[in-house]
Amino acid sequence: MRTINQFINKIREINQRYAKPKVEMSRAVKISLAVLRVYLFLLVVLMVYKFITVMNVL
Amino acid sequence: MDFFSVLYYRFKKVWKAVRLYLVIAGPGLVVMIADNDAGGITTYAATGAKYGYHLIWFLLLLIPVAYYVQEMTVRLGAVTKRGHAEAIFESFGAFWGWFSLLDLMIVDWLTLVTEFVGMSAALGIFGVPVWLTVIVVVLLMSIIVLNGRYWTWEKIALGFCLLNLIYIPAAFMVNPSLSDIAGQGLIPNLPGGLTNELFFLLMANIGTTIAPWMLFFQQSSVVDKGLQEKDIKMGKLDTFIGSIITVSIAIFIVIVTGTLLHGTPIDDAATAAKLLMKTNHYVGAFMAIGLFDAGLLGAICISLASSWAFGEIFGWAHSLNTKVKEAPWFYVSFFITLATAGVVPLIPGAPLVLITLFVQVIAVTLLPAALVFLILLLNDKKTMGEYANTRLQNIVSTIIVVSIIILSTMYGVSALFPNLFQ
Repeated sequence: MRTINQFINKIREINQRYAKPKVEMSRAVKISLAVLRVYLFLLVVLMVYKFITVMNVL
Repeated sequence: MDFFSVLYYRFKKVWKAVRLYLVIAGPGLVVMIADNDAGGITTYAATGAKYGYHLIWFLLLLIPVAYYVQEMTVRLGAVTKRGHAEAIFESFGAFWGWFSLLDLMIVDWLTLVTEFVGMSAALGIFGVPVWLTVIVVVLLMSIIVLNGRYWTWEKIALGFCLLNLIYIPAAFMVNPSLSDIAGQGLIPNLPGGLTNELFFLLMANIGTTIAPWMLFFQQSSVVDKGLQEKDIKMGKLDTFIGSIITVSIAIFIVIVTGTLLHGTPIDDAATAAKLLMKTNHYVGAFMAIGLFDAGLLGAICISLASSWAFGEIFGWAHSLNTKVKEAPWFYVSFFITLATAGVVPLIPGAPLVLITLFVQVIAVTLLPAALVFLILLLNDKKTMGEYANTRLQNIVSTIIVVSIIILSTMYGVSALFPNLFQ
């Protein structure tokens, strides 16, 4: 239990340490990150769709 | 000065540069040659068996692709003194950091399983049981890593890189026709037109040339080795030489299978080795030894890439220059990753095909993000100073990265939906 608590605290500490991105949020950076989010969202949708179709076949 | 004095002076200058290179050489060579891992060997063997020498020109195009992507990690590591995982956390925040770290863990572990499968299949040809291969590999890798010095680890890894050159004598032993290689292989052509099968193989070749773990590994390796800004030039040379060697090895594999197995469908490199043994026992044996070495080299680098990344983020000591007592979690995470991946091929009926599919798909979720972050980080002039990307470097690297993202996405999607592009 103590180890799990320590691990959770460590994760919290990491989240706090890196809470604010240090890179200058220029227009190019903002656009790149937004495109990346959309790209990953679409990939996840595709994977979920694949998973559902495979489960239906089974 | 007379002629001999000038000659002596020039020799000394060149020798000094060579000695400096030998000191700095390592991360670039190791990462590039390890790029030809078990999966890579299978891809190249299948390319040669299916299309003969016809796609050698395409492999040559991958030299600048591999170089331009990987040299950015040299600059980033030498200037920031941080690994790729830490750089992403710090620059883009915890969300993108966790996404990259967890994705890296999954894709590294799955790739590691495929390396064990490759190594077991290779030694299986010589009658070595899978359990023995797994135990020997885990012990061997633990001994290499536990020696407590980055320098020693790197030199051992370079020794395994040398063994990877075994495909060169194998290619000479099959007596290929040089005129055929030049005529068919060096002139860009698409044998049979751009069919679905050819397209899939081209994408697989790109996928094996640029893998997510390579970015994380080389940057962490540059940091662990302690390369400074003044070493960047040699680090880039190291990467360039590595990219030439890795593609050359790929071409020699294509020549071997293209000469002896042209027109024979093969599913993996171990099958290719068995078929080659029927024609030329030594060439088949060389192919199997090379496959084992490729898997081992891949496993060495991939497991370290994960442990370095973990150490960077969790704040553990994470250097090969530390003893187990000084960096216990670094070595524990290395061993757990290695041992758990090694167990999978031992499980009867383990879904190995599904794992290979997952590697392709999950790599596609990580690679674009890691590459985009790489370019953005290299454009952070506040951090990178004079080593930030120039306009020309940005144009070249953006073209390469966008092309890789499009092709690797199609590769991943076609792995999920095999009939989509037919």
